[in-house]
Amino acid sequence: MSGTPLLSLAIWVPILAGLVILATGSDRNAPLARMLSLIGAVAGLVVTIPLYTGFDLHTPAMQFVELKPWIQRFNVNYHLGVDGISMLFVILNSFITVTVILAGWQVIDNKVAQYNAGFLIMSGLLNGIFSALDGVLFYVFFEASLIPLYLIIGIWGGPNRVYAAFKFFLFTLFGSLLFLIALLYLFINSGGSFSILDWHRMPIPMNAQTWLFLAFLVAFAVKVPMWPVHTWLPDAHVEAPTGGSIVLAAIALKLGAYGFLRFSLPITPDASHELAGLVIALSLIAIIYIGFVALVQDDMKKLVAYSSIAHMGFVTLGFFIFSAMGVEGALVQMISHGFVSGAMFFSIGVMYDRAHSRQIADYGGVVNKMPKFAAFFMLFAMANAGLPATSGFVGEFMVILAAVDYSFWVAFAAASTMIVGAAYTLWMYKRVVFGAVANHHVAELADIDSREFLIFVLFAIGALGMGLYPQPFTEVMHSSVNELLRHVALSKIQ
Amino acid sequence: MTLAELQFQIPDLRLASAEIFMLLMACLILMLDLLVKDRKRTLTFVATQLTLVGAAVVTFATSSGEVAYTFSNMYVGDLMADLLKLLLYLTVIVVLFYSRGYIVEREQMARGEYYSLALFATLGMMVMISANHLVTVYIGLELLSLSLYAMVAMNRDSVPATEAAMKYFVLGALASGLLLYGMSMIYGAAGTLEITAIAERLYLGQVDRGILVFGLVFLVSGLAFKLGVVPFHMWIPDVYHGAPTAVTLFIATAPKLAAFAMVIRLLVNGLIVVSQDWQTMLIMLSVLSMAIGNIAAIAQTNLKRMLAYSAISHMGFMLLGMVTGVVGGDARFALNAYSSSMFYVITYVLTSAGTFGMILLLARNGFESEEIDDFKGLNKRSPWFAAVMMMMMFSMAGVPFFVGFFAKFSVLQAVVAAGYLWLAIVAVAFSLIGCFYYLRVVKIMYFDQPASMTPIAAPLDMKILMSANGLAVALLGIFPQALMSLCAFSLLRSL
Repeated sequence: MSGTPLLSLAIWVPILAGLVILATGSDRNAPLARMLSLIGAVAGLVVTIPLYTGFDLHTPAMQFVELKPWIQRFNVNYHLGVDGISMLFVILNSFITVTVILAGWQVIDNKVAQYNAGFLIMSGLLNGIFSALDGVLFYVFFEASLIPLYLIIGIWGGPNRVYAAFKFFLFTLFGSLLFLIALLYLFINSGGSFSILDWHRMPIPMNAQTWLFLAFLVAFAVKVPMWPVHTWLPDAHVEAPTGGSIVLAAIALKLGAYGFLRFSLPITPDASHELAGLVIALSLIAIIYIGFVALVQDDMKKLVAYSSIAHMGFVTLGFFIFSAMGVEGALVQMISHGFVSGAMFFSIGVMYDRAHSRQIADYGGVVNKMPKFAAFFMLFAMANAGLPATSGFVGEFMVILAAVDYSFWVAFAAASTMIVGAAYTLWMYKRVVFGAVANHHVAELADIDSREFLIFVLFAIGALGMGLYPQPFTEVMHSSVNELLRHVALSKIQ
Repeated sequence: MTLAELQFQIPDLRLASAEIFMLLMACLILMLDLLVKDRKRTLTFVATQLTLVGAAVVTFATSSGEVAYTFSNMYVGDLMADLLKLLLYLTVIVVLFYSRGYIVEREQMARGEYYSLALFATLGMMVMISANHLVTVYIGLELLSLSLYAMVAMNRDSVPATEAAMKYFVLGALASGLLLYGMSMIYGAAGTLEITAIAERLYLGQVDRGILVFGLVFLVSGLAFKLGVVPFHMWIPDVYHGAPTAVTLFIATAPKLAAFAMVIRLLVNGLIVVSQDWQTMLIMLSVLSMAIGNIAAIAQTNLKRMLAYSAISHMGFMLLGMVTGVVGGDARFALNAYSSSMFYVITYVLTSAGTFGMILLLARNGFESEEIDDFKGLNKRSPWFAAVMMMMMFSMAGVPFFVGFFAKFSVLQAVVAAGYLWLAIVAVAFSLIGCFYYLRVVKIMYFDQPASMTPIAAPLDMKILMSANGLAVALLGIFPQALMSLCAFSLLRSL
């Protein structure tokens, strides 16, 4: 298996599939386009499975490495590789793509080929971000992935889609342009290398580290998103079609967090320690304040969007307490959030497809008409609230445990909001699902069909499997996380 | 006076054979056109295209890769000149293909003169590219400008076109005056008009720096006008907007290559010793251009006008590469910086040709398709050409995987390498603002409903070429290495 360029396949199989689907053209060929997309998405998932089965647990080094010169003039290489931190995201992303294609199977009947191709191409680009080991390659994938999502929100989105699409694009671009300058600075000062691994080893004076850290922080904080640059996310989620919301929540938000682990911590360790307090403060604001904001939302998608911001607050909190438990907990939380938020947005999409409303007030008593749906929705609502035995619990619990070591009050603040998290999720669930049938729209709801059932089952396996038996997920992380922390503990100032 | 002193040296004509060929053919085609009765001027068109191909062959065949001078050092042949000329022919060929449908449909423009003027303009640009003497630069520039004035005014009955031509002519004459005045001051200071000799005397300290820098101010103003950077940009929006789109396409593409060569010849070849002086001026021009170009473009509803402001900002960005060549007297980064500018210009020309070409593709007789709203719902009418236009827009905005990203990347890299971190931050900040109006065009094409579902009625050759142009923007964005190296190599062998 060592000779097969698995990561290249993970990137280019979906992209090429997307281009082929674009060629099927108009909506007359919609069934063909759907079929090809499913084949492409499944093929994209299949090629990532050997990444897990062939993964060496005992080394923190990059695996499945591919290195080819790309732009020799600037010493830019097509350098791919994954470690225990990034590997799971490649698989998660490829998995989510399959569910997204299935989720749009019937709902999308306008420009089907473009819709599915957009998701497949984005899937390849996102895999590229997680496996890039070259600064320019990373940046190129990072920026290029904005285009498909911009188009998906703008073309298939809700009434205010244009505003949301522009806000999404410009916010993210704003962050990443400073990031580009940071990359160029590192290139010049490392004597002409764009290799991220070289940058990890390179000594940097404190002053420069601080500026680099802040540039990274802006780029990744927008993407995570952290308070106060989170405002694009609720807009983007509300307007995006279901598939767009799933990818946005499940994968796109992870890019910022992943960036912290790949860039901020190892390249600027001293500045990370120095400014950890800032990030922890922002994380706590996200967890507490945004949690309360979620509580008062009338729109289900907005509610889940705010809850995503709060959950990502746990992730950034976990990173910046610099313990193995915290970082692993944050990584588990990221993957868990991928399943759970994806499923939550899909659940809302299921209701929206039928009743064309996302307002909590428009529903009530859904359980009477959609019992199967209500059961699944219950499971994911519980996972979102962090109930034990679901994946949502594992990550948050690990982060809080790590936080207790760091500071009791930080842990206290973070833990107390698990109550808020339970409150907004379960209160929404109660208002939407329980009670008497609220109106004739609800009375006309039909329960989920086999396609939707399948998607729910896929998500449920992820959420429950990870909650009951997280070891397969955590064991691949150990070596890399320990190595990362060992590295971060060393000063780079010379 | 002995015979030996009278000896007349025959210049090495071989170096200028492409120009001579071009001149002969342009005159020939002018006469040939008298015999053409066909309203479509097919023969003239084919002859013009063949001339350009022929010139490319001649340039390629006579290219030695060495720096050589002729006509008493008034003329220089080097690898940069050869490369730029080849790209120039290619650009003009593409431009003429794009414009053909447009001018055939319009009574006033469907004349053979259009092609001859294009060839004379091309000749002017070739002379500019190969000039090693201030007078040669000026001759080339005037040949180009006068041809362009006439081309803008060709659509005689159109009021905006006439107005644009008038404005272009008056302001262009003013700029030429500035340039000439600057040249005369430099002559006064250096005692020679020969560019390499000026550099030599400057190096030896035989030049009155005060007078020279005084002349330099005028020279840079003249250059800034020709490049169209703030505050000498006033003519750009009006001329781009008022001129027939086919002519706008011409103005927006090929002359940028020649203007870049002119900057290299005058400022780098001739005045590198006083680089500190002109770099400071160019920094101001560059920052102002990026600011005003990008901000003013947001307010435009006319696509041509929007692209005019975008051109201003792009030229400002290109100048960033020119200001970072010499840092504190250290010219280590010069090659890196200038070749990034060259790459920027070339990719800009490629993308600009595509965007104006797209306007021509959608235009019909009586419908110019130059308002941004005319692109509404293009994705429904033609997904492929909407995608091509989208690639152009993202490339101009500097989003990967399109070539515009690597253009910006290489210039920014030069800026950061030279230690101008603040300048890089200013540049990306304005790029972000610029992104907005490019995104708006994408929005119009993809998110809005079309006003009509008229199919695109462009000739097949144009559709193919347009597609190739779009693919080039994407492929060069994935594999930029070759072109980047070519730029660096040609400059290495020329400077």
